[in-house]
Amino acid sequence: MSTTHAETVDGALPHEPEKATLEGRNKVLSFWLFLGGEAVLFGTLFATFLALRNQTNEGPTANELFSFTTTALATLILLVSSLTSVFAVQAMHRHNVAKLRVWLIVTVILGLGFLGLEIYEFSEYVIAEKFGMTTSAFSSAFYTLVGFHGAHVAFGVLWISVLIGQLFKKGLTVVTAPKVYVSAMYWHFIDVVWVFIFTVVYLLGKVG
Amino acid sequence: MAHAHSVKRHKGLMDWLTTVDHKKIAILYLLAGGLFFGIGGIEAVLIRLQLIKPMNDFVSAQTFNELITMHGTTMIFLGVMPVIFALMNAVIPLQIGARDVAFPFLNSLGFWTFLFGGLLLNLSWIMGGAPDAGWTSYTPLSTTTYSTTHGVDFYTVGLQIAGLGTLIGGINFLATIITMRAPGMSFMRMPMFTWTSFITSAMILFAFPAITVGLVLLSFDRILGANFFEVSNGGNPVLWQHIFWIFGHPEVYILILPAFGVISEVIPTFARKRLFGYSSMVFATILIAFLGFMVWAHHMFTTGLGPVANALFSIATMLIAVPTGIKIFNWLFTMWGGQIRFTSPNLFAIGFIPTFVMGGVTGVMLASAPADFQFHDTYFVVAHFHYVIVGGLVSGLLSGLHYWWPKMFGRMLNESLGKLSFWFFIIGFHLTFFVQHFLGLMGMQRRVFTYLPNQGFDTLNMVSTVGAILMGIGILFFLINAIVTAFKPKGVADDPWEDGRTLEWAIPSPPPEYNFKQIPLVRGIDALWKEKMAGNKGMTPAEPLGPIHMPSPTILPFVMSVGIFIAGLGFMFSKEDFSNSFMSLIFNNWIVVIIGLLITFGSMLLRSLYDDHGWHIEVEELDEEGVKA
Repeated sequence: MSTTHAETVDGALPHEPEKATLEGRNKVLSFWLFLGGEAVLFGTLFATFLALRNQTNEGPTANELFSFTTTALATLILLVSSLTSVFAVQAMHRHNVAKLRVWLIVTVILGLGFLGLEIYEFSEYVIAEKFGMTTSAFSSAFYTLVGFHGAHVAFGVLWISVLIGQLFKKGLTVVTAPKVYVSAMYWHFIDVVWVFIFTVVYLLGKVG
Repeated sequence: MAHAHSVKRHKGLMDWLTTVDHKKIAILYLLAGGLFFGIGGIEAVLIRLQLIKPMNDFVSAQTFNELITMHGTTMIFLGVMPVIFALMNAVIPLQIGARDVAFPFLNSLGFWTFLFGGLLLNLSWIMGGAPDAGWTSYTPLSTTTYSTTHGVDFYTVGLQIAGLGTLIGGINFLATIITMRAPGMSFMRMPMFTWTSFITSAMILFAFPAITVGLVLLSFDRILGANFFEVSNGGNPVLWQHIFWIFGHPEVYILILPAFGVISEVIPTFARKRLFGYSSMVFATILIAFLGFMVWAHHMFTTGLGPVANALFSIATMLIAVPTGIKIFNWLFTMWGGQIRFTSPNLFAIGFIPTFVMGGVTGVMLASAPADFQFHDTYFVVAHFHYVIVGGLVSGLLSGLHYWWPKMFGRMLNESLGKLSFWFFIIGFHLTFFVQHFLGLMGMQRRVFTYLPNQGFDTLNMVSTVGAILMGIGILFFLINAIVTAFKPKGVADDPWEDGRTLEWAIPSPPPEYNFKQIPLVRGIDALWKEKMAGNKGMTPAEPLGPIHMPSPTILPFVMSVGIFIAGLGFMFSKEDFSNSFMSLIFNNWIVVIIGLLITFGSMLLRSLYDDHGWHIEVEELDEEGVKA
């Protein structure tokens, strides 16, 4: 009866502990649905950016502002962090909690590195280039799109940190496993969004 | 199965604040929706009283703008949406043979965020002026240049919070319907109300994020000085129209599809026939939802998108008449040759059909772009959307409320009062809005606060106002009916309409908190009717009796919503010049926002850190009056 809340009979974790309970399966399914909604959210932000990206109001243009060194570095860091979160999920499927925690910690550190670069980039624009939220329609669209993504990364960093703490305290169970799994889904999603930002905002801004 | 976690049972108010039971959340949605529906209705009557005669000065032009804005916004987002969610919560888990929704905690969170968003929006009346830029809040009218009070800020922030609740509810119902169906209930055996709610939830998921972004952009423009819609700094006001309607058009199908579902339940029950063309109903619903995302620019024909865009959106819009027509004919063929009983829910359902057809016909007229240049922004448009939303949707909701009232509350509504409210409502409705078609064709603009005499508008406006009052009386009869019924003793039968076809009628009214003592086995469309026809007394159980796992009640969703509410207020007033130095300290330094967010994220952290194991109802505790398996 109580399949909703199961440990397996011998107490051992199944191969995919995130899908062992109905709660876990519901979480994974609903998180896919949620990411569908997030895709519409970012899609609307991208559409807004594309509509306004040349409206610079005599302020700095994309071509004048962007440098490839910081954004290429940020891209590299975020892509590698996606790989490390894959390693984390693989470790979870092998029930190796120590490795799981290590890979999650590496993921968080890379996420923090990305955020640091983004804050540095934004402060350069605001202070040196006088390019703030109110400068032009392009600046508003830029900060809103890239800032929304940055806020997502920051939330992900906090979330995964809390999960690392729980893994130390509670270990890997059928309750903690779905949390780790959906946080990895989230992390991949914001990584994919960044690929689009790199293309649409930075590459197109430099050459388009 | 020794999972005897003790659980604190709350009583009275705390019970309602902490409940995660879908049946109680349904009642909360109904109460909140009823409250806002009442406020929106009073606003409607005030609008009609202002327009009862030419050159009236009952309210000022500014108040009139606030009234029309709040009437539209309140009715759409805070009036009918929660009543839809009330029915979905009350009925869907029962119709699919589940003990609760997939995420009881999120269900509660969705309700409380919706309520606090609605309260924030309505606080505007007492905090310096309501929004006044129309329910569509078109830029530049809604920018700080032309709307100088905080009204539109209440609109952006209040709707943002309420929309979050709706989105949470939508995801919850999608997951519930996908994973929680009883054994044997395949997708093509689901009751139509569950089907339409499923599609509506999917539309919520893909439409609401667009308005989320739109509201963010508008609030950034107004509060942070961004330039999305500020033409002088490179912004583009048409962008708002696109974003608003990419959400807004699917929204009207989000509203009407559950009403289609209600009608598809009520008509077969009271015709004693199975729904005609079940599969075509399902595919028509999906097609309407799909096309609903493709037609947003028909609200913008006069914006100047050009003939090619206008032609494409015009044709796409007309296409929607095809699946909708399929539905209308299916309902008619369901009634054809049936043993029809004219109960109050069935009266509302039968009244729905011709009324909705009239709204659909004017919809096709409006879909023709060249003709729309004449109709645009006149009372013809007002008449059209009230025919589909009031004559259609509200009729459907009233039908559903009369139909499921005994299941929700264990008491039958009074039939005579129900019929009285139907006749007042339907006659009042047509009196109010039928004449508005002609007012529009004669050139009366919508949203004008008054008009000059002797243009041929005088009599028709008088008729319209009288109709609105009759409609209000109809709603009052319904309210009286609900109150009178609340004092009657409980104890209606499991299947009080006697011809119930679906699973909710197989269990007691109101159902016990675990719904089904044993999850039923579903053997076909109209699961209960199938058993009745096979001569069985009830459903065949799909599992042996056993302890039932229940989620624990929790106050956290309420606290999280309070946090979002505080953060929203803080954001709105972050750039305000306060005369009081303490107020400017806490608001201008974002302290209020931070406190609000800390409350919300702190509650999320608590939820994550402390596992909710729930609790069990043991076999011996199961009410002997429960499901007769």
